[in-house]
Amino acid sequence: MSHDMSENLPEAHDASHGTDVATHGDPFADPGLPAHEPRRTDIDERAAQRAERQVSLMFVVSMLATVGFIASYASIDADKIVYIFPLGHVSALNFALGMTLGVALFCIGAGAVHWARTLMSDHELPAERHPIEADDDVRNDVIEQFKTGAAESGFGRRKLIRNTLFGSLALVPLSGVVLLRDLGPLPEKKLLHTGWVEAEPSKPLRLVNMNTDQPMKAEDIVQGSLTFAKPEGLEESDEDFQQQIAKDALMLVRIAPEDIKDAKSRDKGFEGILAYSKICTHVGCPISLYEQQTHHALCPCHQSTFDLADGARVIFGPAGHPLPQLKITTDEQGFLVATGDFDEPVGPSYWERPR
Amino acid sequence: MSSASGTNSASKPASTRAKPANKAEAAVDWVDGRVGIYSLAKANLRKIFPDHWSFMLGEICLYSFIIIILTGVYLTLFFTPSMGETVYHGSYLPLNGIRMSEAYASTLNISFEIRGGLLIRQIHHWAALVFVAAMLVHMMRVFFTGAFRKPREINWVFGFLLLVLGMFDGFFGYSLPDDLLSGTGIRFMEGAILAVPLVGTYIQMFLFGGEFPGHDIIPRFFTIHVLLIPGIMLGLLVAHLILVFYHKHTQWAGPGKTEKNVVGMPLMPVYMAKAGGFFFLVFGIIAAISAIATINPIWSVGPYRPDQVSTDAQPDWYMGFSEGLIRIMPGWEISVWGGHTLNLGVMVPLAVFPLVLVAIAIWPFIESWVTGDKREHHILDRPRNAPVRTAFGAAWISLYLILLVGGGNDLFATHLHLSINTITYAVRVGFFVVPVLTFIVTKRWCLGLQRRDKDKVLHGRESGIIKRLPHGEFIEVHTPLAQKDLHTLTAHEQPQPLELPAETDENGVARKAGVITKTRVKLSEGFYGEGNQIAKPTTEEYHEITSGHGHH
Ligand code: FES
Repeated sequence: MSHDMSENLPEAHDASHGTDVATHGDPFADPGLPAHEPRRTDIDERAAQRAERQVSLMFVVSMLATVGFIASYASIDADKIVYIFPLGHVSALNFALGMTLGVALFCIGAGAVHWARTLMSDHELPAERHPIEADDDVRNDVIEQFKTGAAESGFGRRKLIRNTLFGSLALVPLSGVVLLRDLGPLPEKKLLHTGWVEAEPSKPLRLVNMNTDQPMKAEDIVQGSLTFAKPEGLEESDEDFQQQIAKDALMLVRIAPEDIKDAKSRDKGFEGILAYSKICTHVGCPISLYEQQTHHALCPCHQSTFDLADGARVIFGPAGHPLPQLKITTDEQGFLVATGDFDEPVGPSYWERPR
Repeated sequence: MSSASGTNSASKPASTRAKPANKAEAAVDWVDGRVGIYSLAKANLRKIFPDHWSFMLGEICLYSFIIIILTGVYLTLFFTPSMGETVYHGSYLPLNGIRMSEAYASTLNISFEIRGGLLIRQIHHWAALVFVAAMLVHMMRVFFTGAFRKPREINWVFGFLLLVLGMFDGFFGYSLPDDLLSGTGIRFMEGAILAVPLVGTYIQMFLFGGEFPGHDIIPRFFTIHVLLIPGIMLGLLVAHLILVFYHKHTQWAGPGKTEKNVVGMPLMPVYMAKAGGFFFLVFGIIAAISAIATINPIWSVGPYRPDQVSTDAQPDWYMGFSEGLIRIMPGWEISVWGGHTLNLGVMVPLAVFPLVLVAIAIWPFIESWVTGDKREHHILDRPRNAPVRTAFGAAWISLYLILLVGGGNDLFATHLHLSINTITYAVRVGFFVVPVLTFIVTKRWCLGLQRRDKDKVLHGRESGIIKRLPHGEFIEVHTPLAQKDLHTLTAHEQPQPLELPAETDENGVARKAGVITKTRVKLSEGFYGEGNQIAKPTTEEYHEITSGHGHH
């Protein structure tokens, strides 16, 4: 700096404000607000002007960025993909709009903050606080007034009015609760059965492969793989498909019959093919991970692990009971069929669930 | 009255105010005549705001909330909150011809067809994450500095409710696109509701309008997400801010700062420019992040189907807490009378979740009950000077983190090549052990820092200059602290633990302290008793050491 700035320094720089107030015996006493330190922009007009230019520059950049935003919106196709290092392939429009908007907004903010920090007064001022509590006079006065009001209403005297008023106020919200009744049907036995309930020994339901949409024969199920199935007749285009598949989904595994530890479970299967509900008994995620060596199925949601060779017993994780198993067999043409529903509800357990 | 003014028709009942100097003044005069803004502005225009970087945290919450509302309104213009089925034919080819809900299809539409739609979706989601994160950190700031003490307890509760509502609104918003991940989240919620004893199935049927998933859940969530919760939050937020204004900010101890004043800069112009500018900074940064980092790419996971799932099924991080609880809980399921089933494996975590939250919500009341302190506080505590509170806060955070590990056990397992079972067992143990350890360590750490402060006050700051004394000893020269530092380091209060009332009263009649009183005294001892704080240096100590006879 070629010119001398010291003459611009404020004169009032007396020590009484500073840190070296006499200690008066108490070294820990509050020395009071420190003296104001002038910033460079306070004493050097050229620095102040530079700050002014910087602030306006940021505002100008913001204007340009907004123009850029509009131009990008008008000129870039929504499906244009570009490669930007290090982001990879991204939507050009999204990137351009986001960056221009970001710059336009950021520069307004940066300009305003820079302005406040360099050019606006930075004198710290004390303001007094007042206790929030009212003083006793006001307090007593208000209580007096309230008592007068209460007495005039006769609220305390006319007990009958008071009590019936409370009663009516307490009851009236019930209407609101009652009105919520038609939000949905009553549970009744809905959670007890799945779509397989249609199956009967005289009228069995075929198991349809979820991927190919074809009924399956026993030889279609290879050992060591997990096959997903739905009941015959349930189509993706059905109105209530989502609701049905949330209960009906099956997973089929084939385990060498001698490896099946649970005899009841083996009997429900067909030549080692076991059909379990795909819906986890914890909170209802579909189970999808199968370890063919151990015959363990793992739910990806909270890692409940079921041993499919042992009646789908829970061997780890938060699920509370085994996966329900569907009894299967084959029909005359050799297709896998179910002859009835699961003998317990599928999915997460609930209060009314029989055990 | 009217007859009186009627007879005196010469004088009109106008103000006696002098003519305004210009159009702007005239306009403000006009408004003042209707709503009285001058009196309102008088108290507030030059209202003093103290400056501390941590006050920005609350501002970030406010601004991200505004950003969420702005972008949310935009999104509602294009989003179809419907579970009606449709087959997708749009510009995102991998999903062409796939059956999906209109909600999902319209989200794809917003992401690929609407120009700028993707950006706004990303800003909305990013701002929501920033919002919840900022609320958490803001709350930690308030907690660790004791800013929640009288008169601010109510505002603590308001802030707490805002956090909880924000978390839930985030969950509802996350669910709306009806993609595979969010549908899995809703399924989780359904299972959780079913686990409620007695009424679980009823709530489930009423909420979903029938069996899972039905057709109603998305439209209902939509109303809750855009109307019900934001409406309540807006009300709470306004109340929160009014109280902040009314109480004025807290401040750190320091020269010139007392319980009776607030030191800072005026609202107009400095704080207006800084706070107003900061809004644009936050918005700008979130917009830029949204341009760069994709969040929730719903197109990559596909539409929801109850029989499908993708791995890495994770809620947004702020729900990781509950996710962790549910993952580490053993699958306890018991029968109760009448052949009913009690699903403890889901119920217990879902009860622990609110319990921990409530413990945090009522902390200010617990603390003031323990201390018996009925005074207003405007000077903040340094965290080290309230060791027990700080240790509690740290224990909560550690609990949160350990549950986050539990909630992401699959990610930890795959990334660190560990057995998922081992991680889960470790988290089960850690749930009980880690918070306790954290508590102990933090408290000791605070006491250590207090000791160091005391040292600094009595012996000054290490100067780094080594001096050799005439008899050959080397010492490090310590520079004494300036008075402002001495004051700052010794300004905190040191509450004394409560004492049991005398065994006999003034008449000599035996008086037994009740269980509650005894607990309170015990707790108070735990907070402020021996070993739980380091006595502040006294003036005498200081004089003795600095009088020249003492050695450094
Ligand atoms: S839903 Fe399968 S473990 Fe939770």
